[in-house]
Amino acid sequence: MTTRSPDIIDLLAGITAGSALDRTRAQRPETREQAQNSYLALFQPADFGDVSAAERHAIASFVAGLHRQPDIFEFYSSPFEDSDTDRWLIEVIKAEIGAGRATGPYGNYPDGPLNGENEAGPLYQVSRSSREVLGRKLSAALEHAHLLVFHLRDASPQALQALLDAGWTTNGVVTLSQLVSFVAFQIRVITGLGLLSTATKRATA
Amino acid sequence: MTEHAIIPIVENPPVTFTQAEIGWTPWLQPLPEEELTERHLKGLVEAGRAKSPYFRLLVRDPEVLEARTKTDKDIFYNTRSGLPRAERELAATAASRYNGCIFCASVHSRFASHHSKRTEDVQKLLDEGVGTDLGERWNAIVAASVALTATPPAFGEEHISRLSAGGLDELEIADIIHGAAFFNWANRLMLSLGEPTPAN
Repeated sequence: MTTRSPDIIDLLAGITAGSALDRTRAQRPETREQAQNSYLALFQPADFGDVSAAERHAIASFVAGLHRQPDIFEFYSSPFEDSDTDRWLIEVIKAEIGAGRATGPYGNYPDGPLNGENEAGPLYQVSRSSREVLGRKLSAALEHAHLLVFHLRDASPQALQALLDAGWTTNGVVTLSQLVSFVAFQIRVITGLGLLSTATKRATA
Repeated sequence: MTEHAIIPIVENPPVTFTQAEIGWTPWLQPLPEEELTERHLKGLVEAGRAKSPYFRLLVRDPEVLEARTKTDKDIFYNTRSGLPRAERELAATAASRYNGCIFCASVHSRFASHHSKRTEDVQKLLDEGVGTDLGERWNAIVAASVALTATPPAFGEEHISRLSAGGLDELEIADIIHGAAFFNWANRLMLSLGEPTPAN
């Protein structure tokens, strides 16, 4: 028997069946369904390919933490909570979130007139002790995720090469890039709709 | 065996925000067209996308690409109700301008101009940045999109009130949220998997 996953955006934005925002979302059934399908394709795929379930959840937890979204962090890290073997990962990722904290977007533009808009910001590296337990591949993924979350305009082919050198395949890098970028999207839909839901409830109270 | 990133040599790359039709070249190997299977073609959603190196790269994860493409199309093209297309494209342009994605900003500023006929205002947004004055309704849309794009998101009730005051209803505000949020997906892919190339 299969249980259908709840709609994650509704769940995390606190949108309840029959509410005003539920009716609004119902006017965009394809957006709602495909945002959910994107989540399922990334977190419950038929074939995990070159990126394991644990890697996907660890990276998504890190991305949610960098966005300072505790509920979404908890959602993505919950499988570790229930696991005897991977529970330690939560504390390591929390420590790395603390170390990677920043405000974005920052970074540099290509040489030219936009250089006046360059904005400096931290370059994050996984700590030595975390790297020992996370391993090279997952550490490289967290460093790349930090780049994509905060200073995406500093991205470079060298950053992708660093992933490949750490054991990522080209297919794996595509999945990783989609995962970080999708979670960045999902967090913003949840934040935006969550606030809209509160504002609407207040207006109609 | 370690795979390799592509380091292209791009002469005269675009270094400013533009509405011109610029190109994009990948940093990882797209799948060759002749190797695309039924599963890949389903992931591309439109057969014509097999011509694009960007989509042939993303189709390495076909199920994610398929769901993402369908999300994209509904957010931007389903205009039977809700926000006019021009303003969805404005939200996309503002997010891309703020994140710094020259390629995404070029495509969506062109769409915003086409649908609004306000080419000069759109150009002002590209030239002067997200703080420029485009009139209150557009300013409110840009401000909301930018606040949502910040990390962590700085979107607050004041942005919703400002949009409501500008006459936007709940569905229209949800359309802004989706348009800006989606470009936080698109910008991250476009900026990190390749780079813009000059207009032909």
